[in-house]
Amino acid sequence: MAEATAEYKVIGTRPIRPDGADKVTGRAIYGGDMRLTGMLHGKVLRSPHAHARIKSIDTSKAEALPGVKAVMTVKDLPKAEARMAAAGEMPINVKYLSNNVMADEKVLYKGHAVAAVAATNVHIAEEALALIEVDYEVLPPVLHVLDAMKADAPLLHEDLKTTELGQPTETVSNIASHIQFKLGDPEAGFKEADVIVERELTTETVHQGYIEPHNATALWNEDGHLSIWTSTQGAFVVQKQTSEVLEIPVSQVTVTPCEIGGGFGGKIPVYLEPVAAVLSKKTGRPVKLIMSRTDEFEATGPTPASHMKIKMGAKNDGTIVAAEATLMFEAGAFPGSPVGAGCMCLYAPYAIPNMQVDGYDVVVNKPKTTAYRAPGAPNAAFASETVIDELAEKLGMDPLEIRRINGAKEGDRRVDGPTFPRIGYMETVHAALEHEHYATPLTGPNRGRGVASGFWFNVGFMSSVVINVNSDGTVNLVEGSTDIGGTRASIAMQAAETLGIPYADVRPSVVSTDAVGYTDVTGGSRTTFATGYAAHDAALDVMAQMKQRAAGRWTSDETPVGPEDVTYADGVFACTKDAEQKLTFKEVAALMPRTGGPITGRATVQPRGVGGAFATHIVDVEVDPDTGKVTILRYTATQDVGTAIHPSYVEGQIQGGVVQGIGWALNEEFVYRDDGSMVNSSFLDYRMPTSLDLPMIDTVLVEVPNPGHPYGVRGVGEVPIVPPLAAIANAISRATGKRMTDLPMSPGYVLSKTQNGD
Amino acid sequence: MALVFIPTMLQHLTAGTVQVQIEGRTVRDLIRNLEERFPGIREHLLQDGDFRPDLVVAIDGEQALDLSERVNDNSEVHFIPPIAGGI
Amino acid sequence: MAKKMMVTTTINGEETTFLCEPRQSLLEVLREDLGLTGTKEGCSNGNCGACSVQLDGVLVDSCLVLAAETEGKKVTTIEGVAGPAGLHPLQQKFLEHAALQCGICTPGLIVASKALLEKNPRPTEHEVRYWLAGNLCRCTGYDKIVRAVLDAAETMEAKA
Repeated sequence: MAEATAEYKVIGTRPIRPDGADKVTGRAIYGGDMRLTGMLHGKVLRSPHAHARIKSIDTSKAEALPGVKAVMTVKDLPKAEARMAAAGEMPINVKYLSNNVMADEKVLYKGHAVAAVAATNVHIAEEALALIEVDYEVLPPVLHVLDAMKADAPLLHEDLKTTELGQPTETVSNIASHIQFKLGDPEAGFKEADVIVERELTTETVHQGYIEPHNATALWNEDGHLSIWTSTQGAFVVQKQTSEVLEIPVSQVTVTPCEIGGGFGGKIPVYLEPVAAVLSKKTGRPVKLIMSRTDEFEATGPTPASHMKIKMGAKNDGTIVAAEATLMFEAGAFPGSPVGAGCMCLYAPYAIPNMQVDGYDVVVNKPKTTAYRAPGAPNAAFASETVIDELAEKLGMDPLEIRRINGAKEGDRRVDGPTFPRIGYMETVHAALEHEHYATPLTGPNRGRGVASGFWFNVGFMSSVVINVNSDGTVNLVEGSTDIGGTRASIAMQAAETLGIPYADVRPSVVSTDAVGYTDVTGGSRTTFATGYAAHDAALDVMAQMKQRAAGRWTSDETPVGPEDVTYADGVFACTKDAEQKLTFKEVAALMPRTGGPITGRATVQPRGVGGAFATHIVDVEVDPDTGKVTILRYTATQDVGTAIHPSYVEGQIQGGVVQGIGWALNEEFVYRDDGSMVNSSFLDYRMPTSLDLPMIDTVLVEVPNPGHPYGVRGVGEVPIVPPLAAIANAISRATGKRMTDLPMSPGYVLSKTQNGD
Repeated sequence: MALVFIPTMLQHLTAGTVQVQIEGRTVRDLIRNLEERFPGIREHLLQDGDFRPDLVVAIDGEQALDLSERVNDNSEVHFIPPIAGGI
Repeated sequence: MAKKMMVTTTINGEETTFLCEPRQSLLEVLREDLGLTGTKEGCSNGNCGACSVQLDGVLVDSCLVLAAETEGKKVTTIEGVAGPAGLHPLQQKFLEHAALQCGICTPGLIVASKALLEKNPRPTEHEVRYWLAGNLCRCTGYDKIVRAVLDAAETMEAKA
C-alpha cells in the first residue's frame, strides 16, 4: 500500500472508497433497482427499418390489452424546434435530441424509437409493442461515410445543408460540416521532407459497452412536479435536456442520480427520461424503463466509424516537417460527431511547424453517435500514430526516438491555435524509453512490439460542493458528481487534506438536483479535478470560519485575537499571541453551538488551468500465422497523471481505458447487413475483452503536477484509450511485416493482410 | 494589444491574414475592433449578442465564458470548436 | 398471462416460497418479486455474467435459469456472501485492491470468484482468468480483479 508522500498526509494513499461496502454486497441502488409504489414498466417500440417515412401509427390494439395503462408516440411530445441549447458538454440541437428520443416523420436507423407503452409488468408491455401498427414507407439506407458523402446519396434530412469551412451553404447533403485547421505552409513543408508516408485508414462503429443498460424511472406528480431517477453521468444535464424536450421549466424537474454501472460518455444524453415522464403523466403512476442489450446496441450512441487520410513528411534526421490529415467521421442519424476533437488531438503530441487537418461530419442511417472516452481522438490517433511508426521504420529510427525528437513541450502550438502550458508529454516518452519493458528484447517468431502516444484535452466546467461540520468533528461533504469510478474517495481525500483531518472523518454524498448547486457531468476527465477543486475551496471556507470561532474563544480586551492570529497544523488551532491557547479541530466543532452555531463551508468553481493529458504506450503481441489471432503478451502504459490523488483509481482508469482500446483494436465492430440492420447486437458477437484475453496491464504514473489546480490534479480517465489502437497496430505490423490500416484487426483481417499482401 | 489568431475557416474574411494585433480591454471590445478591421467577421463569432454556441473563445488557452472578460496585453486569442468528453 | 406456479426453494439459507409464471427467469424473480436486486441484469442472454448466482453450488447465469427450476434447490446470491461476521475475504480484497470502479459487474464477479475458490482454493493467475472469462467488466481491465482474487485465496488458505 502506498504511503502518503512527505508533502501530503492523505493524498497519494489508497483508502477504501466510502460506497465500497454497499457495492460489494449488492446493496447499492442502481437505476434498474429502483422501485416505487404503483410503479409501471415501460417498453419502447423501435423501428425495424434503417430509413423510412412513418405514414401512420395505430396504437388502439395496444391500448386495449389488459394491463396496458398508457401508450405514447411523438404526438405526446411538443413539436421540437431546431434551436441550440446548452444542455451537456457541448450545445445540443433540441430538435435532433427530441427526434432521437422519439422519431418524428422519419425513422433514421434500425432501433429508432417510434412509440412506447407502460403496463403493469414488463412482459405485458412487450406484448403490447407487438400490437402497435406502424405503416412505413421504406427508403434506401446509406450506411458508410464515403457513400453518404456522394452527391447522389439518399438524404437523411431534407433540410440539412453543409456548413463549409464555417460558412452556411445551400447544398443539401449528408455532410453536415467541413472544418479545417491550418498552421504554417504544409505544401512548402513537404518539399523539405526526405521521406513522405501517405496512408488511408478505416475504423468501424464501436460501442462504449457499459454493462448496465440505460434506465429511467419517472413520476410526474399530481402537483405538476416531475421526479426522475436514473443512472446518469450528470443529473443536471438530464434535468436540462428533459426540460428542453418536454418544454417545461427546469424548476419543475428533480433528477436523483442513482448509482451508475458505467457510462464512458454514453450515459450523458437522455433517451428514456422524457418517455418515462410522458407515460407517468398519462397514467398518474411512476413508470420505469430499462433498455435491453439489443436496444443498447441498436439505439444508443456509439462512437463513429471513420475513413481517414494521413500524409506526413520527415527529414532524415527524424524531424517531422509537415503533416496533413483528412478525417471523415460518421455522426449517425443526426449531425454532431466528435470530428473536431479528433482534428485537434491527432498531432497534438508533436511540434510540427506545418499542418493542415480537414474534418467532415457526415450523417448515416445508424444510431446517433455520442461521446466515448476521449471522443474522436482514438480514431484520429490510430491514423497518425501508425503513419509516424511507418516514418520511423523508413528512417531506420526507433519509434520512441522519433517521438522524443518531435515531442511537444510548453509553448508549442497545436494545429487549432493555442500553445501548450506546462505539459508532461516528454516525461511519458522518457518513462517509456527507460522502462524495463522497452529494454527487454522481444524474442520468438511472429512477435512484434509497438508503441504509440496520445493526447486528450480534459475539461473543467462547473461544480458545487458544500461541507457541513458535525459536532464530533467529522464533516459531511455534499456534491453532485455521480461516482462511476471512485470519485467519492478522491474528492473526500482532497477535502480531508485541506481540513487536516483523517479521510475517514469525511462523509461524502452524491445528491439530487434539489440538494446541491449546479454540477456538470462526470465525464471529460473533470471530476477529481473540478469537484475536487470545489471540495478544496469549500474546505478553505470551513477553515476560515473555524479560525474565526477559535479567535472568538481566545480574544480578550487585553489581548485581542483575530482569525489572522490563528494558525492551524496537524489538526490543531494555535494562537500566535499566546502559546498556551490551543484547540483541536474536534474541539472547535464541539463548541459550535456556543461560538455562533453550525459551520457550513461552500464553494462553486468553474476552473481554468485544466491541463491536458498525454500518454505513451508499449505493447508486445504474438500473431498466430495460421489463424491471424493476436495475443497481447505484455502492455505498459505511461501517462502524465498530474498528482495522483488515489493511485489505485488512477491506475484503474488507465487499465480500463487500455483494455477498451484493446477491444476496439482487435475485435469490436458493429456488423451491418445491407438493409441497415445490425448482425451482432449481443455481447456474444460484439466481442469485448474478457479476463482470459489479457495479461496484467502495467501502469507508470508520471506525476507532472498541473499548476492550475491546488493539488496539481490533471484529468486521467480518457487519454488511456487513445494510444492502444495504434500501438497494437504497430506491434502487429512489426510482427508480420505488413502495415495494418483498418480496425478491427480481427483474425480474418490480419490473415487477409499477411496472406494476400498489402 | 492582443494577438488574435484568425481560424483557418474565417481567413476568407481577412484576405488570408492569419494573425493580427487588435486593441481591446474586454472580449467585447476586441470583437468590435475586429469587425471594424474585417467587416462581416462579427456574425461568425457572435449570435444574439452572445458567443455563438459552436465556437469557443480562448484567451491564452483558457475558455472565455463571457464577453465582459478581460484581455491582457500580449494575450493570445483563439477561436476554436467546443469539445466534449466521455469518461 | 399463464397461471402462476408456486415454487419453494432455499435462497441464501432461507426457505423461500414464491409465485411465478413459467416463463420468468430466476433473475427476474430475484429482482422483481423477491426484492433481491444485488444480482444485476446486463444482457439477459447469458453473455455477461452480471447475473451470476450459485445453484446448488454450481455457478450459473440466473438469466438462463427458469425460476421454476429452483424448486427444492439451494440458491446463493450476492446477498448471501457476507455473513454476520462481516465481509467475505473476497469482498474485502476487492475493496482493498480497488477491483471495482462502477461496481455493476462486482456482485457477479464475487459470486463467480467464490464458486472458483470453493472448487480450487489456490488457483493460478491463468486459472482465475479462465474461470472468470464469463464475467464481463468494462471498467477495470480485470488486472485488479485478478489480483484481488489471488490475494483472497491466499488469505483464506492462511485462515483455514
